[in-house]
Amino acid sequence: MMATNVRITDIVEETPSTKTFFLDASLDYIPGQYVMVWIHGVDEIPMSLSYPNAITVQKVGDATSALFKLKAGDRIGVRGPLGNGFVLKGKSILLVGGGVGTAPLAPLAEKAKNKNISVKALIGAKTDRELLFVERFEKSGDISIATDDGSRGYKGTIIEVVSKLDLQEFEGIYSCGPERMMSQVLNIAKNTGMTRMAQFSLHRYIKCGIGVCGSCCIDPSGLRVCRDGPVFNGEQLMDSEFGKYMRDGSGRRILI
Amino acid sequence: MNLTTNLTGLELKNPTILAAGILGTTAASLKRVMQGGAGAVVTKSIGSAPRTGHPGPVVTEREYSILNAMGLPNPSYREFVSELALAKGDVPVIVSIFGANASEFQEVARGLNDAEPDGFELNVSCPHANGYGASIASNPDAIRETTEAVKDAVEVPVWVKLAPLTNIVEMGLAAQKGGADAVVAINTVPAMAIDIESGFPLLGNKVGGISGPAIKPIALKCVYELYSALNIDVIGVGGITNWRDAIEFIMAGAKAVQIGSAVYNDIGVFKDISDGVARHLKENRRSLKSIRGVAHK
Ligand SMILES: Cc1cc2nc3c(=O)[nH]c(=O)nc-3n(C[C@H](O)[C@H](O)[C@H](O)COP(=O)(O)OP(=O)(O)OC[C@H]3O[C@@H](n4cnc5c(N)ncnc54)[C@H](O)[C@@H]3O)c2cc1C
Ligand SMILES: Cc1cc2nc3c(=O)[nH]c(=O)nc-3n(C[C@H](O)[C@H](O)[C@H](O)COP(=O)(O)O)c2cc1C
Ligand code: FES
Repeated sequence: MMATNVRITDIVEETPSTKTFFLDASLDYIPGQYVMVWIHGVDEIPMSLSYPNAITVQKVGDATSALFKLKAGDRIGVRGPLGNGFVLKGKSILLVGGGVGTAPLAPLAEKAKNKNISVKALIGAKTDRELLFVERFEKSGDISIATDDGSRGYKGTIIEVVSKLDLQEFEGIYSCGPERMMSQVLNIAKNTGMTRMAQFSLHRYIKCGIGVCGSCCIDPSGLRVCRDGPVFNGEQLMDSEFGKYMRDGSGRRILI
Repeated sequence: MNLTTNLTGLELKNPTILAAGILGTTAASLKRVMQGGAGAVVTKSIGSAPRTGHPGPVVTEREYSILNAMGLPNPSYREFVSELALAKGDVPVIVSIFGANASEFQEVARGLNDAEPDGFELNVSCPHANGYGASIASNPDAIRETTEAVKDAVEVPVWVKLAPLTNIVEMGLAAQKGGADAVVAINTVPAMAIDIESGFPLLGNKVGGISGPAIKPIALKCVYELYSALNIDVIGVGGITNWRDAIEFIMAGAKAVQIGSAVYNDIGVFKDISDGVARHLKENRRSLKSIRGVAHK
């Protein structure tokens, strides 16, 4: 997969820390797949597709800051779509998203609705203003919100909302967000015998994106997040590094 | 068909080896490659301090090749000791190391000794990391000194990985003089690519190294010449993607072959290649030994 250049057509400020960059190319992709985004002269970083023609980015460091300085009409390189995506199954599904991790879940909710799958989305953020894509989820099914400060929805974590649900109602759980949140979702799925039915989009340090360099491999399976993932089911993540540690750009372990 | 190969004193169940820098940063991914049928594995090149490597893009795929400038990302030998200990398993684990000079190479080798690797591979040939590789790659005295320094510090076999230079035989002889047990040829070939729309070089580091089928004829010639000139084992690497390629390298004189880029198509390529080699030898009633170097006529 060679990089192609695309032009930014429109930039939408979603929250104080995230922007959606619309591109003049529409990709044939499965929600959960990502692209390597090349900010010329700066770096190349992985970003989930939030629409067939857009990425939704949270500003965290050098590359994302450089991206935030770009304007409509500017060009970036895009390599992808890469990796696997979420596999949609069943008639009724639960989505659990946190922060910018919600980005790949919004197109998943829309795809599910198109397939007449009933969707319940649980979306968490620090505060009201940081909630992402609330309208897209509302249009695709039922939504519950949790904010740390209680400025909207339940005051507390989205996990507290999950644990009040009867999970047996759902035939699939789809999660993306902070790893501590996802690993609690995996625990709940495990306790309700739904490990195999739960899918998680992982965040690991992706450099090559094509499965050769080894920077994104998870222990102890050696599965490559960039190529065999980023979406894995709970079964693949049981007794793994998931929820415990990840590696930085040099390969050193960092605790989660 | 028996494919066991005694390579610098190591018993390999087959002569396919994972090349350095490919899926070699963690024990788990090395183990996964072992399960894919590799006869031995080489780790990512490890140095004296943690490095995150060059800014991206670090790879770009071209037709028949991969261009990379990873920039030697690695967690440092101190951190890698525990990973290496975990990687030890059914097949030999060779640790690739790099340094700015002979004494740094020695420091890294000493530091990794505790984890008891089955061998060391000296990366004196990375084409795109400032201060490493390139300065040693074309300097026979530096290659000899580096090899001697590491040989002094360790008990296990030491392989020296060479750059595809016009004078590769001179470098090979220098490694042999320094006590190398084998030479490995070749590392990636210096290369670059430019995005004609933006005008930016396609790699974050601007220049890098090319690997994959595009470099196979270059690597083959290097192996051919080294086999003629040296008394130690030659390990071939560069563009091997199927069993025919492997046979070609063995006919040029390689005792074993390393495979890197082909993992991109199939992580189980090692089993496919050794199965193919075994089938070919059986059909032709030949052995690995009987075809080694036959192209020298
Ligand atoms: C499959 C996948 C999908 C992603 N999708 C999105 C998305 O839709 N929206 C979004 O805002 N972010 C997404 N991210 C995270 C995004 O890649 C990082 O925020 C970004 O790389 C940070 O780059 P930086 O230079 O601005 O930050 P830096 O200052 O370089 O680093 C800040 C932090 O970002 C992470 N990071 C840096 N470089 C990488 C890299 N090459 N690969 C992975 N993580 C890195 C590290 O955790 C690091 O600590 C995704 C990551 C992955 C792996
Ligand atoms: C992504 C990538 C990373 C590499 N990293 C290293 C490295 O750390 N040390 C090294 O000696 N060679 C490294 N190499 C070179 C390979 O080990 C090998 O010599 C080269 O790729 C040619 O073999 P191939 O055509 O089978 O890939 C790397 C190659 C690639 C593609
Ligand atoms: S990022 Fe290189 S193997 Fe996954």
